[in-house]
Amino acid sequence: MVLFLQQLINGLSVGSIYALIALGYTMVYGIIKLINFAHGEIMMAGAYFAFLIAVSTNLPFVAVMLISMVLAAVLGVVIERVAYKPLRNAPRISLLITAIGMSLFLQNLALVIFRADPKIMPTLIAKHPINIGPIQVGTVTLTTLVLSIIFMVILDVFVKKTKPGKAMRAVSEDKDAALLMGINVDKTISLTFAIGSALGALGGVLYGITYTQVYPTMGILPGLKAFIAAVLGGIGLIPGAVLGGFAVGMVETISKAYLPTQWTDAIVFGILIVVLLIKPTGILGKNEKEKV
Amino acid sequence: MKKISIIMAMLLLVMAALAGCSGSSDTAATTAAGETTAAAAGETIKLGVIGPLTGEYSMYGTSVEEGAKLAAEEINAAGGINGSMVEIVAYDSKGDKTEAVNAYNRLRDQDGIVGLIGGTFSGETLSIKEIAVGDNMPVLTPTATNGEVTLNAPNVFRACYTDPYQGSTAAVFAAENLGATKAAVLYNIEDPYSEGLAEAFNEKFSALGTVTNFEGYTANDSDFKAVLTKIAESDPDVIFLPDYVAKVGIILSQIQELGLDVVAIGGDGWDGIEVDYADVAEGDYFANHYANTDEAPIVQNFISAYEAKWGKTPSALAALAYDSTYIMAQAIEKAGSTDADAIVAQLAATDGDYVTGHITFDENGDPVKSISMIQVVGGKHVLAAKVSAE
Repeated sequence: MVLFLQQLINGLSVGSIYALIALGYTMVYGIIKLINFAHGEIMMAGAYFAFLIAVSTNLPFVAVMLISMVLAAVLGVVIERVAYKPLRNAPRISLLITAIGMSLFLQNLALVIFRADPKIMPTLIAKHPINIGPIQVGTVTLTTLVLSIIFMVILDVFVKKTKPGKAMRAVSEDKDAALLMGINVDKTISLTFAIGSALGALGGVLYGITYTQVYPTMGILPGLKAFIAAVLGGIGLIPGAVLGGFAVGMVETISKAYLPTQWTDAIVFGILIVVLLIKPTGILGKNEKEKV
Repeated sequence: MKKISIIMAMLLLVMAALAGCSGSSDTAATTAAGETTAAAAGETIKLGVIGPLTGEYSMYGTSVEEGAKLAAEEINAAGGINGSMVEIVAYDSKGDKTEAVNAYNRLRDQDGIVGLIGGTFSGETLSIKEIAVGDNMPVLTPTATNGEVTLNAPNVFRACYTDPYQGSTAAVFAAENLGATKAAVLYNIEDPYSEGLAEAFNEKFSALGTVTNFEGYTANDSDFKAVLTKIAESDPDVIFLPDYVAKVGIILSQIQELGLDVVAIGGDGWDGIEVDYADVAEGDYFANHYANTDEAPIVQNFISAYEAKWGKTPSALAALAYDSTYIMAQAIEKAGSTDADAIVAQLAATDGDYVTGHITFDENGDPVKSISMIQVVGGKHVLAAKVSAE
């Protein structure tokens, strides 16, 4: 039982990183129906920002994290303005291809700037186990989990209670009607990219600290898993991304703990296929008929 | 027809120019593709190096290149091989099997190498092996430890010991020197090097104690907390981690974070771990080709020459590449020509003291030598024991 609880916490910690990244996918999809494939690279950029700040200054972890998030938010907004905004009325496939192009561009840009060899993230959080009752949890695992939950709660309150949050929901509901109601759609879309990118960067910083390394292709696999998490939970829905992220992390960890490890990825992707066969809109998705 | 001949002429010009660029003297431009026999005194003798010079594992390829270049420089300063200068031509394999074959073809056809110091990884060396056997190219890999590399290949030799030998020695060391009775093994199922070591360790240790866990992971895995939590449950004395630094560092960090009370043991892939992971690897052991704290003059001379040239401490891979270049050069010198059969015969007859120990080759082309078990203490290598599996 203790072992199971411990694995549960491991799963939650892995899942919380997926959930943070998945939030960026789902928010952007919700508002402009774009699967932003460059999101994994924003996560990578966030990790590099943290690495650069940590190496060149002596700032504490929280400051490093917040500055990286702000820088990634700026990067996200710039990408949106430069690459996606001019295509807002273009066919959706053009937008998707642009996103893939942006993803490859950022990856190769990082390769040129930082070279391919992994950089070692400085120890921002001292690594040692903490005892909570009978279970032992690592400091990094616990920090990851707590920070993710804090930011998810902040996001939830922001979207539900504040004016810009309401504007975001309105734009995702119906862009034209929102425009008629006097909402600044461009500003709202930029805001969505900023928030999504900041959360992705947080995921990247935590990923970099947990696995000690930062490298240009680090965004690919977590980005893909987070995208799966978003689809699994119901893409476009904020609670769906969180649920999907935790579900993917949990399935991954539990299958590693109780089955031969080589099966992990096959199981995660297998579950995705099964869920989508039964419920194509994802776990929390509503079955809506597409209007013609 | 005219067009084709113009294109051909231009191609030849470009090739000559390229060869001229990479050569140290203008005579290099005359080295034709595929020519390996006629090299009169005064002409450059080219030796190839293949390894990952960029990417995640670039530290290994770069070490090999630097070790080989240092040896070549010393040989040239001492008058070269029978009057000919040695030149090292290094190409990047990116650690990839296909890239390694491309690099080999380029070395053979474009650069006309006499012998190959490589490849660096077992995987890439295995992919080159069959072609090299067909070409009868003298191959001396400094670092490919997989058992298959030298089998049924009379022209392929290696300067390092094999994976099975290394794995069994680590098991003997764990049981006899550390007194371990329970061991866990965690290895990369996608890598023949990691798997070779893991299986040899498993087999040997099963005879000396109990192997509690035999777990695998894939190359893309970076979260080991689940599997480590599972391993912690059976409370092993030692955990065997036969992988390269980039991965071992991640695993050791998570072992520390989870607070597992276990001594980690690794293979020569750990070499250089003290650079980035000194704190998490503190007190752990790994099998290596030489200890840089060894007092022997040949070792200390090598270390000071390497530090003077490259400004860093040599890794074991650099030492092996340095030895390999000397062994190859001596074989060419004794053969008195660049004829492949003569070089191979002289390689097989190698018997001398080198940085990584006294080396002779057995009938497969594997070296006969003992293994240094190194402990990481305060970010430095300390020779814990010299062990032999037999």
